[in-house]
Amino acid sequence: MQVASNIGSSLDFYLFVSIALFAIGAIGAMTRKNMIVLLMCIELMLNAVNLMLVTFSTFYGNGDAQIFVFFTMVVAAAEATVGLSIIIMAYRNLKSIDIDMYNQLKN
Amino acid sequence: MPLDLTLIIVLSLPLLGFAVNGIFGKMLSKKLVGSIATIAVFTSFILATTLFVRLDGTQIVKLFNIVDHDNFKINASFQIDALSVWMSLIITGIGSLIHLFSIGYMSNDEGYYKFFSYLNLFIFSMLILVLGSNYFVLFFGWEGVGLCSYLLISFHYNDKHKGVANSLAGRKAFIMNRIGDGGLLLGLFMLLGQFNSLEYLEIGQSLAANTHLGSGAMVFIALCLFIAATGKSAQIPLFTWLPDAMAGPTPVSALIHAATMVTAGIYLLVRSNFLFELAPSIKDLVLYIGLATTLLSAFIALRQNDIKKILAYSTVSQLGLMFVALGFGAYSVALFHVTTHAFFKALLFLGSGSVIHGMHEEQDIRKMGGLAKLMPITHFTFLIGTMAISGIPLFSGFFSKDEIMAQALHHNIWAYSILVVAVSLTAIYMFRLYFLTFHGNFRGGENLKSKVHESGLSMTLPLAILAILSVFGGILNLPGLFFKGSAHWFDNYLSQGTFGLEHIHNVHLDFNAAIQLMIFASTVALGILVWAYFVYFKKGNLAKSDLELSSWEKLSASKLYFDEAYNYLLVNPLIKLSDFTGKILDIKILRNGVYAIADGVLNTANLSRRWQSGFLSSYLFWMIFGLILFIAFYILKISI
Repeated sequence: MQVASNIGSSLDFYLFVSIALFAIGAIGAMTRKNMIVLLMCIELMLNAVNLMLVTFSTFYGNGDAQIFVFFTMVVAAAEATVGLSIIIMAYRNLKSIDIDMYNQLKN
Repeated sequence: MPLDLTLIIVLSLPLLGFAVNGIFGKMLSKKLVGSIATIAVFTSFILATTLFVRLDGTQIVKLFNIVDHDNFKINASFQIDALSVWMSLIITGIGSLIHLFSIGYMSNDEGYYKFFSYLNLFIFSMLILVLGSNYFVLFFGWEGVGLCSYLLISFHYNDKHKGVANSLAGRKAFIMNRIGDGGLLLGLFMLLGQFNSLEYLEIGQSLAANTHLGSGAMVFIALCLFIAATGKSAQIPLFTWLPDAMAGPTPVSALIHAATMVTAGIYLLVRSNFLFELAPSIKDLVLYIGLATTLLSAFIALRQNDIKKILAYSTVSQLGLMFVALGFGAYSVALFHVTTHAFFKALLFLGSGSVIHGMHEEQDIRKMGGLAKLMPITHFTFLIGTMAISGIPLFSGFFSKDEIMAQALHHNIWAYSILVVAVSLTAIYMFRLYFLTFHGNFRGGENLKSKVHESGLSMTLPLAILAILSVFGGILNLPGLFFKGSAHWFDNYLSQGTFGLEHIHNVHLDFNAAIQLMIFASTVALGILVWAYFVYFKKGNLAKSDLELSSWEKLSASKLYFDEAYNYLLVNPLIKLSDFTGKILDIKILRNGVYAIADGVLNTANLSRRWQSGFLSSYLFWMIFGLILFIAFYILKISI
């Protein structure tokens, strides 16, 4: 495939940053108990993916992926809205936003 | 009245009586219940008499179709011929006398209406059995009488002292009969397979048209039918239920377990004569079984002390005699003995019922004695019955037994000598019973003696009628030594009107032989009468208590250990097997096996349930863990 830009050898850096961002987000989502932090971690992961999409888009000189990025940002914004309102409702119920308090769906 | 209508009414009257008494009996008075049942059977008897008078060859009345298959049809049809009408006369005639007797005998019983509805149902089933024109209808009646027998044997199932024993006796009778019924069913299937029909006439005609038709199959069918007959007619090896069946009320013993139902086996063999004629080996088997049964049960009867048990073993013995006659192919002779036996055995049983009723439910002859003065009518009729069954000359039993002896003398001298022994034993135990019950001193205590009373008219009237029949029943089939015109009326009647019997001629001994035979039999019977008079009456040789018995007496009193042997050989192994399958195979192996599978599933489920902890972070962890696994797998796949 033809390489359209001179991003060239620095591709690895972009990818490492993206993977590091994703890993931080994932580990944070797994370990942190605060719902707001959880939401932030999910944003991190989304943005890691966004970064990767943009990187490859530039690398291949193909704009399609960048359109995806816009979609993702819109969806992420919507998700943040919904997620935050859920958190507010949850807080009204149990006076807490500790995710481990919300385990009543088991069994 | 047209023939089919008469037949339907004959059949339906007892059924109607059963329904009315069974449904409304509780609301009706005892008098009314008894009258309905008795009148229903008696009207049936009157109509059966008209059938008898108008008898004209063999007529078939078809009511409706039960099975309509491409290959065969089974109809609910009935056959009116000499044999079936004669049996109906015995059933309804003796039946109505016994109904009449029961009105008095059961007067103090709570289940009065139940008793009479069962009796009527029995009469209905028995009529179905003898009147049916095919084996299927016969089977229906066969099972019906078995059911009624069971219900009536265990009739007093809630009695305080004997309730359990009564129920067990009923169960024993039912199970023993089922073994025989199994034989009957097998025979029926074989017949259906061989002839595509169960109609007597069709089977007989196809046999007549094609004589070489599968003789091996004939032997098997005859064997199956004979097994059925040994069950119903209480022959070795299936006879032990009959003495136990005496747990039922005495009229039941008289009607079902002496006069009618137990002769169903004889009827089956007479009806199937064309099959047995083609299977000589089975005929011999019938003869041997009959001989063994008549001898052994007569021996057992010698030292029984229950008045009804003696009569029960006597019944088994007399049925054995009938089978001996069947074994010789003398079908009408067997049926003649069925007839006279129905008279005198019903008389003896009803007499014993009258004694038991008068003695307030005491059945042990060691506690009786001297009843002749206290119960004169019962005593006189019982004496007649005893003389008839013992073969005292000119009583009915003399003629019918003499016919069987004549057949034996003609065919097989060994059989004849065994019969002489058996018949002598019969006379001995019957006179022992008679003398111990009615003569000597009363042994039941003064208290009981003051309460002993003669029974009422409804009980003595049937006794009187049966006594007359027992005396003169022999007229039916006189040997024709002097009045040649009247000779062998019953033989002729039966063999001319019954399919298959036309071609079978009974041997009749010549004048000298017949006279000698009769004189010999009379001498034996009278000699025993005199001997018994001296032993049991003059010397006062009373029934001994169990401890004083000599060894052969013990053997007789303990019924030759038949029950013990069956318990040891069959019942206990079966119980052990059931215990094994129930307690070990079922509970230990099957149930625990199923439980183990269930437990395994549950434990695994419990393990995996921990995943569903409800903690979002752990779900997320597992999700990513799975994702990593997929990616690792993908990478590995590419690299390989």
